[in-house]
Amino acid sequence: MTGTIETPVVAERLVKRFGSFTAVDDVSFRIARGEIVGFLGPNGAGKSTIIRMLCGLLRPSEGRARVAGFDVAREPERVRENIGYMSQKFSLYTDLTVAENLRFFGGIYRVPRAVLPERMGFAVEMAGLRHRENMLVSTLAGGWKQRLALGCAILHRPPILFLDEPTSGVDPESRRRFWDLIHDLSADGVTVLVSTHYMDEAEYCNRVALIDRGRLIEMASPSALKQHTLGGDLLVVECEGMGTAMAALHEAPGVRDVAAFGNSIHILVESAGAALAALPDYLAGCGVRVTRIEQIKPTIEDIFVQMIGAEARAEGPRP
Amino acid sequence: MRSRRLQAVAVKEVLQIWRDPISLMIALLMPFMQMILLGYGVSLDVKHLPICVFDREASQNSQALLKRFQASEYFSIVAGFDNYRDVTRALDRGLCRLVVVVPTDFTERLTDTGRSAVQALVDATDDNTANIAIGYAQAVVTGFSSTVLIEASALAGSTVAVLQPIAAQSRVWFNEDLESRNFIIPGVVALVMALVGAQLTSLTISREWERGTMELLVSTPVTPMELMLGKLLPYFAIGLLDAVFCLAFAVFWFDVPFRGTLMTLFFTTSLFLTVVLGIGYLISTGIRRQVGAAQIGLLVTLLPTTLLSGFAFPIDQMPPAVQAVTYIVFARYYVTILKAVFLKGSGILDLTAPILAMIIYAGIIAFLAARAFRKRLD
Ligand SMILES: Nc1ncnc2c1ncn2[C@@H]1O[C@H](COP(=O)(O)OP(=O)(O)O)[C@@H](O)[C@H]1O
Ligand SMILES: [Mg+2]
Repeated sequence: MTGTIETPVVAERLVKRFGSFTAVDDVSFRIARGEIVGFLGPNGAGKSTIIRMLCGLLRPSEGRARVAGFDVAREPERVRENIGYMSQKFSLYTDLTVAENLRFFGGIYRVPRAVLPERMGFAVEMAGLRHRENMLVSTLAGGWKQRLALGCAILHRPPILFLDEPTSGVDPESRRRFWDLIHDLSADGVTVLVSTHYMDEAEYCNRVALIDRGRLIEMASPSALKQHTLGGDLLVVECEGMGTAMAALHEAPGVRDVAAFGNSIHILVESAGAALAALPDYLAGCGVRVTRIEQIKPTIEDIFVQMIGAEARAEGPRP
Repeated sequence: MRSRRLQAVAVKEVLQIWRDPISLMIALLMPFMQMILLGYGVSLDVKHLPICVFDREASQNSQALLKRFQASEYFSIVAGFDNYRDVTRALDRGLCRLVVVVPTDFTERLTDTGRSAVQALVDATDDNTANIAIGYAQAVVTGFSSTVLIEASALAGSTVAVLQPIAAQSRVWFNEDLESRNFIIPGVVALVMALVGAQLTSLTISREWERGTMELLVSTPVTPMELMLGKLLPYFAIGLLDAVFCLAFAVFWFDVPFRGTLMTLFFTTSLFLTVVLGIGYLISTGIRRQVGAAQIGLLVTLLPTTLLSGFAFPIDQMPPAVQAVTYIVFARYYVTILKAVFLKGSGILDLTAPILAMIIYAGIIAFLAARAFRKRLD
């Protein structure tokens, strides 16, 4: 039935307003079966709001969405039978044990009693919680809790998973393990929509959607994003006197964009060769001592920063 | 509706009650406390009893507690001491009937364990007054510690219960002979049901909101009806259990006659529980914060039950306007039934009018409760 739907998630011109504030602004996309799509964007971008609308938790102010073939506004109950959801805030029962939580969700999703022990065993194994079945969830560390939440969300084998910042606040090793699990699920045909504000996690996704201030800016595979959208070569500059250097680089010939990245500066130039030849002298002339300048491969974060900058310039200042 | 989902919710709820000491205490200890307080509070009116205090800690908390004693109508602080010798002398000379001693580690134990002891030294020459004085002193301390507990546990995000000093109402009845106990005790069953029912259920939904578990619950296929029934069923069972306890206590401890049938009592108690639990649930769906929900729960169930049900104050002695108001107080019908079942041995057929009124009430509340909870976040 639902397994045969090739486009299990379709959003058409979704809008969500809270009072006069528009949290999600005209967002459309489609997700194919078995795809892993990452929603990337800073806090407050509107990722959670989009996901909540897709789960039928919030009613869209405008536009429509179909999940597993069902309209999220008109048939939310049918949608709910076909999805697994991990909310941004950890929301299992911390005063229940691991097994009690699993049994609860098994009951709520009416997992047949005959297969429930096996499914629970799988979830426990997956979360790495063997021998901890009888521990209260409140006593578990972050990574375990997160994996248990995923275990509860997939107990009923939903064809579609919505994971809202599942890895936030979890250590890097646990994050990596979590993504392995997501890939295993996707290999089984599960469609996964996952939001994150860790830009590096974009690389784990088949496609990423860049979201900023309620708008979907771009949606493509990580490699396509890097190839097509930057429109130039990327250099990293390390130097003393970041402020002066950034001001100078903005004026420099052949430089399209300048952005601070921690202790270094990333600049977008028309051609790496020309810039590498000219910029050290130019910066020295401005009184900046350069300790490192070289071409680098762009990360998703570079793309994101550049795109948001382009949007803002095109639009002018937003009220 | 699916029984499987209903069952999952009910089992979860039972586990949560079982692991929450405050819920357990309300469910199991409250009936006992009320029976004792009201059963013994019947024979004397204590007002402005002279007491002395010995504050060994002299902290903000101990001062606040003593202020409560001073503010209550039952006590007047006539002297403060700083050693046990003066305390003994005051008691011997009859300067006061009760001395409240706040220990040096009062605040420390309160913040560490959530409970703390206050010593009360009593002149027990008049046994009855002494007992009542202790009862009231306990009520004052309970009132105080529940305030502290509410603040502390609201911060910790756990279940909050409001243990109001029930004795606040008891003073008015009295100066009557012991027969008045027979008149009042049956009504205590209603009070216990109202208190336990509204207290526990008014938190069930708000707790899910506060802990963030509601968002996940809403994303599952569970229906509002399954959620409501699954959540209320365990409390219904607790309510019936408490009713049995109250009945046994009334009959075997206080020697109140029970002339009716268990069947009648069970049937009418179920109706009353339906109303009280339904109201608690309605409040809980409307108010997402536990403290607020608990307080409103008390306000709409306990208050009318104590004041306007005829439980202690006979309705026919009230002013006509107030009498008219009592007709909308659902507890009125239950108290009428209880008294008739206990003292007159009335059966269901003798009580058609109040039972019908309760059925209508229960129907309306159940209808509203079933529609109250929407599975949406906005
Ligand atoms: N229930 C709500 N009422 C009002 N504003 C909201 C509500 N939920 C979210 N918002 C606002 O909508 C914007 C997007 O929020 P959210 O979707 O949570 O962003 P993200 O998940 O990307 O961090 C934020 O500015 C947030 O304050
Ligand atoms: Mg979010």
